[in-house]
Amino acid sequence: MKTTPEEVSHVANLARLRLSPEEVETMARQLHDILTYVAKLNELDTGGITPTTHAISIVNAFREDEVKPSLDREKTLANGPQQDGEFFVVPRVI
Amino acid sequence: MALHALTIHELQEMLAKGQVSAVEVTRDVLGRIEKVEDKVKAYITLDPELALQQAEAADKKLKEGTGGPLCGIPVSIKDVLCTDGIRTTCGSRILENFVPPYDATSVLKLKQADAVLVGKVAMDEFAMGSTSENCAFGPPKNPWNMNYICGGSSGGSAASVAADECIASLGTDTGGSIRQPASHCGVVGLKPTYGRVSRYGLVAFASSLDQIGPLTKDVTDCAVMMNVISGYDANDSTSVPREVPDFRNALKNDLQGMKMGIPREYFLEGLDPEVEKNVQKGIELLREAGAETVEVSLPHTDYCVAVYYLIAPAEASSNLARYDGVKYGFRDMSSDSLLDMYRNSRSQGFGDEVKRRIIIGTYALSSGYYDAYYKKASQVRTLITEDYRKVFETCDVLVSPVTPTPAWKLAEKIDDPLSVYLSDILTISANLAGIPGISVPCGFSEEGLPIGLQIQGAHFQEENLLNVAYNLEQRLNISHLRPDNL
Repeated sequence: MKTTPEEVSHVANLARLRLSPEEVETMARQLHDILTYVAKLNELDTGGITPTTHAISIVNAFREDEVKPSLDREKTLANGPQQDGEFFVVPRVI
Repeated sequence: MALHALTIHELQEMLAKGQVSAVEVTRDVLGRIEKVEDKVKAYITLDPELALQQAEAADKKLKEGTGGPLCGIPVSIKDVLCTDGIRTTCGSRILENFVPPYDATSVLKLKQADAVLVGKVAMDEFAMGSTSENCAFGPPKNPWNMNYICGGSSGGSAASVAADECIASLGTDTGGSIRQPASHCGVVGLKPTYGRVSRYGLVAFASSLDQIGPLTKDVTDCAVMMNVISGYDANDSTSVPREVPDFRNALKNDLQGMKMGIPREYFLEGLDPEVEKNVQKGIELLREAGAETVEVSLPHTDYCVAVYYLIAPAEASSNLARYDGVKYGFRDMSSDSLLDMYRNSRSQGFGDEVKRRIIIGTYALSSGYYDAYYKKASQVRTLITEDYRKVFETCDVLVSPVTPTPAWKLAEKIDDPLSVYLSDILTISANLAGIPGISVPCGFSEEGLPIGLQIQGAHFQEENLLNVAYNLEQRLNISHLRPDNL
């Protein structure tokens, strides 16, 4: 099954990326190559195999619910492209 | 030998005896950077003034006898580790002006050990790549031959160590990103067990695979660095509460009782003959040191690249969703709507490889494809992990090449992402299984490019890796060699 430019545009939209028509074409071709390659996983029967999401499994890394100092507001806001000293500012939503 | 060409343990001794000061060592390294950096391009951000201030503080502590284990040692840091008050770009335009408000735990530990932070080194954007050519401010070059790649993604780390532009460096390894550039640049690089070193403050690429580790001029230095950066950290929920040994004690004079597995699948078709020859020579030397060898099989090795290039992009597409132009990083100021701002900021801020991986990852996780791609890959990941578990019942370590070929020429594979992905085949499995792996120099190609030998071990068995690597280093006696073209 060939990966179509429409599929790439759909995925790009999900990922909040804006791609030019040329980028979509290139990406469709490269994604197709990669998906063709990874299809080799279908050679393996994985029925009943538990998926691994973490190599070292740690169950419930809890900590006490204590109040501790957090990052300084001024320092944290300093990286914001637009801020008003209290909040990050974004283009109007409503 | 010039100060910048020395190792941590050599300088430690001289500093302790007062034969040299930390300021003199730092000045010498800064002078070296001034001389060769135009050619090597290892650094993204340099702060000589801050480095000298730290060196002065180190000298004071040396006089008082209160210096930490890295007191006065100039180090470079991969630009993916947050440094309080020092710009951290991840090799990306989107973070070009990002100044972290805190230190990564590994960086903090270097500071607490009184190391001198010289600067932040180049890397593939968000650690995605095997050549460092995906760096928005690069690329760094291979100090052994400036027409060749230095490897990646921790290419700046490896190049800065190989060119003596620092004494040691911190890198990160998600699919080989410490071991591969270490191999290409002729330095030692260790990817520790997942959970051994805290990832707090490491800008995430693929959280279940990322691990921080040292790149150094020799194996003893690698052990010294591991002593400093290892250990449990409550700020990283995947950090493992486990005692940290003194890794220097692991370095012995022989390998009596060490059983080395030689994985048949790692000597694959298409393995460069020069790589094979040098690795076999290395294995012979390890046998002479007393190690026993046994041929073993890791039958699912051939599937690791396919598994990795689904799991890593899937995790990346999720991790990189945070770059939206709101809290930090680049924002397109011309956008009128929030959605346009997200799209425009991300599209202008990210480079091609990052976009490619976000697309692959989003595709693999999207509705209707999840089971076929992400879940399937995660199941094969279990099979790969099982291969290792079985093999480590019969041997202590696995010895193999690090990469199928020596470094290739810059720009040679820039339009062929899949062929670059395939070159990671010998390093990826360790990340999938969370086990440690080290690259140690084992020789040179006819063109004079370094070749590394890889040693992998079971979870938390870094001591075995270091011991085997040390024995090879002692018998080869090439760790003092440096590029003569700088």
